[in-house]
Amino acid sequence: MAKTVLPFGPQHPVLPEPLHLTLAIEDEIVKEAIPKLGYVHRGLEKLAEIRDHNQMIYIVERVCGICSCMHALCYCQGIEALMGLDVPARAKYLRTIWAEMHRIHSHLLWLGLFADAFGFESLFMQFWRIRERVMDLQEETAGNRVILSVNQVGGVRRDITAESAQWILDTLKLVEKETLQLKSTILDDATVKLRTVGKGVLTKEKAYELGAAGPTLRASGIAQDIRQTGYAAYSELDFAPVVETDGDCYARTVVRFKEIFQAIDLLRQAFAKLPEGELAVKPKGLPTGEVVSRVEQPRGEVLYYLRGSGKKFLERVRIRTPTFANIPPLLDMLPGCDLADVPVLILTIDPCISCTER
Amino acid sequence: MIDSAVVVTEENTAEIRPDEVITQSRALKDEGFRFVTMSSAELAESVCVLYHFDKDLEIRNLRVDVPKGSKIGSIATVYSCAFLVENEIKEHFGVDFDGIPLDFQGMMYNDEEVQRTPFCNIGIKRV
Repeated sequence: MAKTVLPFGPQHPVLPEPLHLTLAIEDEIVKEAIPKLGYVHRGLEKLAEIRDHNQMIYIVERVCGICSCMHALCYCQGIEALMGLDVPARAKYLRTIWAEMHRIHSHLLWLGLFADAFGFESLFMQFWRIRERVMDLQEETAGNRVILSVNQVGGVRRDITAESAQWILDTLKLVEKETLQLKSTILDDATVKLRTVGKGVLTKEKAYELGAAGPTLRASGIAQDIRQTGYAAYSELDFAPVVETDGDCYARTVVRFKEIFQAIDLLRQAFAKLPEGELAVKPKGLPTGEVVSRVEQPRGEVLYYLRGSGKKFLERVRIRTPTFANIPPLLDMLPGCDLADVPVLILTIDPCISCTER
Repeated sequence: MIDSAVVVTEENTAEIRPDEVITQSRALKDEGFRFVTMSSAELAESVCVLYHFDKDLEIRNLRVDVPKGSKIGSIATVYSCAFLVENEIKEHFGVDFDGIPLDFQGMMYNDEEVQRTPFCNIGIKRV
């Protein structure tokens, strides 16, 4: 069979965002995949030249609509390290709470999109229906559903009252119950397994060598999660990374599904231990030096490299998002798969292209 | 406990010459380090390129000052996943990485009509 070159994307029914792959196929088996980016490149890092280090918080929150609060958290903790700020304990817990809410809604969003990718429309709607509850929690506590704008250098801008905390815990019970009801459908259904088990295998060695991040890394048997470093309040919470070993599409689904319950547990722990106190300390001085700041987003590790020289404007803001890290592993997974599996396989790295291109 | 926000210091960052980048990266890989990414910043006469690696969550950096518009070896021969960020730095800062297996020729994000590197005001050398 002669080799055929097939363009995949940038517009494709399963892709919420534009990614182009040039697929070389033989007899409907992918032999090679070459990516093409640049459809949603916004030059957000460049804005650091004309926005001061406080204004940049609003910019980095807009790198991604799904994990906006974690971008701001990663950026702020980098600036705080440069300025030697000690964030109040309550602020650390509140940051953890909003971050874990983000993880739940992101994973529910992904599970819905994933179900839609293999034609399971009703499952898609069920996951998104549950997700709405979490979006309501975010709106209640932050005033916004998507861009939360809760982080600032030195702490957080908003508090969560005891009444709100109780409502969140009650809602989480519903989220937990309703998500559990979908477990047998997403993880045990024969048709779902047919599309995911043994597909797009990324071995443990390859995942490490290719710099995979997040659930893509952990589904290949590597217990690495930046939350293990104990940033925000994670050092005071009982936590172990969710790990699967098969490295296939199914394993990546299982990791995300289990991480929803892990996030609910972390939220319960955080509310149980939420200390009283200040929400923020007032920053003094201006950021000087270089810092590498990392946070575990729903899609994996995000890295910020910040460089300041004691001026209002940073000399450099560099952002490496998890999808950027997961593109080389994706290119390794695609060769050998059926053309029909390409959309499902791409979705299992939970691609966020606007994050990747910034 | 390991910090997740690590200030770049001499303790975690080795300054190396451009011609050492491949051998030093290989040495880190042999020690079990994972390639995380690269960062870059414009200096007066050069571009500072920082290579970030980690092992057991601990960050280790290599710092290289590359004279503007000059070439440096691609570490994609050591860590194949580095090709993507090398293409990005080439496009944004004009650092030419010698031997990138998949070279977007300075057009990974930008279109062909963009003739200057956005973060470093020098012309893009198009092949």
